Amino acid sequence: MTASTTTAPHERRSPLMTALTVVGWTVLIVFAALEIFPFVFTVANSFKCLPAVQSYPRSIIPVPPFGAECQTETGAARSPGEVSGAVTFNPTLEGYEEIADANLPRWLYNTAIFAVAITIGRLIFDSLAGYALARLKFPGNRLVFYTILGTMMVPAIVLLIPRFIILKELSMLNTYQGLIVPLAVDAFGIFLMKQFFESIPNEIEEAAMVDGANRLTMFFRVVLPMATPALTALAIFSFQGAWNDFLMPLLILSGDSDLWTLTLGLSFLRGAYGETLRWHAFLAGSVLTTLPLALIFFYFQRYFVEGVSYSGLKG
Amino acid sequence: MAQPQVLARPKVTTMAAKRRQEALTGYMFMAPALVIFLVFLIIPIGAAVYLSFTDWNGITPVFDEGAYEQVGLDNYRDLLLGEHTEADGRVVKATTRQRDFFISLKNTTYYVLGVVPTQTLLALILAVIVNQRWLKAKGFFRTAFYFPSITSSVVISIIFMWMFTRGGLINTTIGAVFSGYDSNSFVNWLDDPRGVIHIILEQFGVTRANVGDWASNRSLGLTTWEWLSGPSVTMLTIMILNTWTTIGTMMVIFLAALQNIPSSVYEAAAIDGANAWRIFRQITVPLLRPTTFFVVTLGLIGCFQVFDQIYVISSGGPAKTTLTVAYMVYQNGFNRSAMGLAAATAIILFVIIFAFTLLQRLFVSERANV
Repeated sequence: MTASTTTAPHERRSPLMTALTVVGWTVLIVFAALEIFPFVFTVANSFKCLPAVQSYPRSIIPVPPFGAECQTETGAARSPGEVSGAVTFNPTLEGYEEIADANLPRWLYNTAIFAVAITIGRLIFDSLAGYALARLKFPGNRLVFYTILGTMMVPAIVLLIPRFIILKELSMLNTYQGLIVPLAVDAFGIFLMKQFFESIPNEIEEAAMVDGANRLTMFFRVVLPMATPALTALAIFSFQGAWNDFLMPLLILSGDSDLWTLTLGLSFLRGAYGETLRWHAFLAGSVLTTLPLALIFFYFQRYFVEGVSYSGLKG
Repeated sequence: MAQPQVLARPKVTTMAAKRRQEALTGYMFMAPALVIFLVFLIIPIGAAVYLSFTDWNGITPVFDEGAYEQVGLDNYRDLLLGEHTEADGRVVKATTRQRDFFISLKNTTYYVLGVVPTQTLLALILAVIVNQRWLKAKGFFRTAFYFPSITSSVVISIIFMWMFTRGGLINTTIGAVFSGYDSNSFVNWLDDPRGVIHIILEQFGVTRANVGDWASNRSLGLTTWEWLSGPSVTMLTIMILNTWTTIGTMMVIFLAALQNIPSSVYEAAAIDGANAWRIFRQITVPLLRPTTFFVVTLGLIGCFQVFDQIYVISSGGPAKTTLTVAYMVYQNGFNRSAMGLAAATAIILFVIIFAFTLLQRLFVSERANV
């Protein structure tokens, strides 16, 4: 993290500067709280009994007894005051059990398959295409490049209907490949890889060529290992995008509940519940949907931030 | 003279062969991407344009005989002018579809006008503060602001729905702080079709009844009063949601751009005696212009297409006040069996987004030349 400055670099501590510093800190802390608290409350409430979610949404400190029963022995719901106070609550796994019964494990499994398959597809196909556009001369390469760039401007909603028709005609609606294949290549990824390959020197490849390696072998043995930073960024963006995608699964997988992803399952569950939403289960589902990405985010944070920054700098 | 030529010839053929080989490799490397792009992107774009000139219902298999008829510009006329031509050649006025389209366009426009400037400005302010030299824990703040960006729109929508339910976290928390705000006066965030501008005008005693006759003038299917509604309370909630989610991404982009400005520029300005505000106005802001335009373009494209949040939270309601153009495409295509009309709606949306992006581009290059 570089410590560059935007203020005048002289170190005069005028009262005005002190005031500005205080204001700056206040603004940052308020906004950081606004961005973080919804998640804190979501996690806390996902561990509460439903009546407690409704009556005491703001209690965030879990206290024993853990694993509180939400029903009495006769099966009636216990009153919110028995399992929660204004600040503390007795955590329970009822919400998680309920969402698991609503088939969440299956959605999790499907989402993982889609996200991994789409990510692998993009890593291979995007980098092949990006390499071809960066290094290989072939007739029409500029046309191909600008066409791919142009498709980035087409909103997904425009493609909604014709994609539906094509997948239907190919009998790919409500299949795993129906979601994976159309998303296994993306324009942004090709662009990212092309930029990267153009930024690394050509000499190593030339040396490998002199040694008689063919292009494909060289690509996998020599070029791709050098591209690890770009590939990591691409993998993270693809995985995140595929994991969170809603519109395409909605279009392609709605008809088969065994193929639903987490986002699709949660949104359809919301429709099925109608007005009486089982919030503790929904919030538990939200936590479980976010958790894998959150773990990846904290582990690979640098790549997330660098990837986003990079996309901005090229603009 | 002849000898070198003879010597050169084999070399030329190897060069040509090499070039052919390279081209072949190029196509081979491109092939998977090209096939997928062609089948799932290029052909669909063509198909969308073609379908927008038909009356296909989306249910009859599209390649069947008589599955659809060519209707020329009728879908577009239906949406934009509120009229179409019947089979016998009569021109019929039918304003329902026009009205729906312009309601969705109005809603989307208010949404864009509210979200894009707010998120851009907030992201810029936050980035400038985080970039200050005196600030410790830069990494913490960057993480805190960026985290919502990695969460799925469906999850965010569920969390916001829960927080904004009538007796929920937001209302009860505000109620705990302000004693006058109790369960009788709670704002019904998720189910209130009243326009925000209408509500504000009402505070000043201006209502539809007393504002004058001009408010009843109809243009494009809506009365002037309806045009001036502002986003509904429910739409405002979704706008807050989207701003909240996107600020982080935009902040990180701004921050990267700020850190890219060499400190020598600031030092030079400081030596010339410029104060902090002047440096911000005359150095930081101009140098950030390309980034700002990128962020705004990104925001525009995203906001014009808002769909997921609408689908999960409001399905276009209450009273169509959160019906957006993208949601209307889905509704016409998949709930109302009017695929041709939906395709035409999608194409119009594309043209709008394209026009804005183009305007942005023109604006950028013009300003850059000054």
